[in-house]
Amino acid sequence: MIKIEKLHKSYPIGKDSLHVLKGIDLHIKEGEFVSIMGSSGSGKSTLLNIVGLLDIHDQGNYFLNGQLIKNMNEKKAAILRNKFLGFVFQSFNLISYKTALENVALPLYYKGLKRKERLKIALDYLEKVGLKEWANHLPNELSGGQKQRVAIARALVTKPKVVLADEPTGALDSGTTDSVMGLLKDINNEGMTVFVITHEQEVAEQTKRIVHLKDGVIINDFLTKEIKKA
Amino acid sequence: MFDIDRWREIFQSIRKNKLRSVMSGFTIAFAILLFTLLFGVANGLGNFFKNAFADNAQNMMFVRVWKTTKPYKGLQTGRKIQLKNKDFNHISEKYNNNIEYQSARINKNFTIKYKNKANRYSVKAVHPDYQFLEKTNIDEGRYLNQFDINQKKKVIVIGRLIMKDLFGEKPALGKRINVNGSSFLIVGVFSDDGGDDEERIAYIPVSTSQMMYGNNDYINQINLGYNQNLSTDAAIAFGKNVELEMRKKLNIHPDDQSALSVRNMAQANKYVSIIMFALYLIIIFIGSGTLIAGIIGISNIMIFVIKERTKEFGIRKALGAKPSSIVAMVVQESVLITTLAGYIGLSLGTYILSYIGNSLEKKYFIKDPSVNPEIVIGATVVLIISGLVAGYIPAKRAANIKPIVALRAD
Repeated sequence: MIKIEKLHKSYPIGKDSLHVLKGIDLHIKEGEFVSIMGSSGSGKSTLLNIVGLLDIHDQGNYFLNGQLIKNMNEKKAAILRNKFLGFVFQSFNLISYKTALENVALPLYYKGLKRKERLKIALDYLEKVGLKEWANHLPNELSGGQKQRVAIARALVTKPKVVLADEPTGALDSGTTDSVMGLLKDINNEGMTVFVITHEQEVAEQTKRIVHLKDGVIINDFLTKEIKKA
Repeated sequence: MFDIDRWREIFQSIRKNKLRSVMSGFTIAFAILLFTLLFGVANGLGNFFKNAFADNAQNMMFVRVWKTTKPYKGLQTGRKIQLKNKDFNHISEKYNNNIEYQSARINKNFTIKYKNKANRYSVKAVHPDYQFLEKTNIDEGRYLNQFDINQKKKVIVIGRLIMKDLFGEKPALGKRINVNGSSFLIVGVFSDDGGDDEERIAYIPVSTSQMMYGNNDYINQINLGYNQNLSTDAAIAFGKNVELEMRKKLNIHPDDQSALSVRNMAQANKYVSIIMFALYLIIIFIGSGTLIAGIIGISNIMIFVIKERTKEFGIRKALGAKPSSIVAMVVQESVLITTLAGYIGLSLGTYILSYIGNSLEKKYFIKDPSVNPEIVIGATVVLIISGLVAGYIPAKRAANIKPIVALRAD
């Protein structure tokens, strides 16, 4: 599903440049539940941004669903994101003036679905994350855990190939962390590829594969005991 | 392309961000309102100037004489100058091509009596053309005609207020009245836009006056209406020629304004048009200043709005929005707001102007302030286009920011 070969990425900082990713090779197959671990500055967010087509790499190859990602412009990237990827962010990134339901329905608008259809599908997904009753509430009327569940519903609503979660529990307490991780597990059990970035050991342990990143290189890549449970 | 979903997005964005929408709308509405008021008031001033001379013909010119104040060619000061029929005929024949209307005038003050009512009125002995020079409106009957002049008929045309004074509500036309002891037939009643004083006047044939009061060929004034086809400068030159000619003929010092003067509306018209031109320059200057201020205002607000929404755009892009759809959304929202606000400013301005109406005429010389719809609609269109550009440029930039950068924005 995601295949990365010798990926490099640098950011210019003034006259110098900061080499963040130094030749990453990573292959994630369909249906995997992978977490990328690393301290801040390890390059894990950069990796996720490149995988999520939110950023572009300098060198190496990146195949998404078998398609080589090259010469992306914003328009092509937007179409691919809408088609293949669902995002969950640490800070939720819900649009503040839209209700939970409208937030979930937004990706379907960019997919070109009719309004009635959009709202119907969005409501189904809100129900799936247990927030049907909160459909018409604005984000600031929801708790952190509820917001993240809305964001997950929004990530799933287009039936993407991969869900990318950037520190999805970073802003949550331990109780809600478990419920959000439980939700991601359920999604994975239904066959969805889930790609999580975290610096929390407990969170990573709930996934099926952990990739350790340090200073822009993979230092460790192993399956967890979760996979044995499954 | 009409896209109901996009409009729904736009209306939601406007509704949920009232302060921002009201602010940008206010800038535009206020700029258009000021622009409308400014143009309206300036037009009102212009209307006042134009109308200030409207009760006389715009092409009027007259030759007036009095006493000399400067010795000339051995003639002493204090000599009384007298115009005669031959002067009038000479001018009217020599300058026939330059003249549209011509009339001599003798000024008298007579007691006019009807039954037991009597009053003193200004009586002017004139030629038929005088009607057009003075812009006299005939309400009943007729004005003097050439037949009256030729036959020296004792006929009179009276002002509306003389009729009111002497006849009350009863009809005056065809009645005989006593003018300075002689009986005159009322052949017409007139009104005049020049005000009450101009309606307490009576007109009699110039020839009748000369026969009855002194039996001479004296006249007080020569009144002319120059040919309307003459340019203002040509008309001024014509006036100068007439003046030179008369001074030579009557042996008057070239600088002696008391002995003879020619008043020429062309001169006044020229001043008015210079004033109007200056006025319009000022208006264009201030008007475009107002517009520029509006444009800068809307540009600032759009930059601020888009900065504020950068993160939202990042989210939308992460969810699959193409940059073009974001630009289109911003631009349509901006155009919608500027159009609505422009319309509000325009309507409000027009309403205020029509409410002011003529109420400021006496004190502030503003008459019927109004605006050409084309100018104000043009100004509104300029602001809408600048709202469009002001929205397009930053939106285009924001839409092309990498989503990861946009998401980091706060």
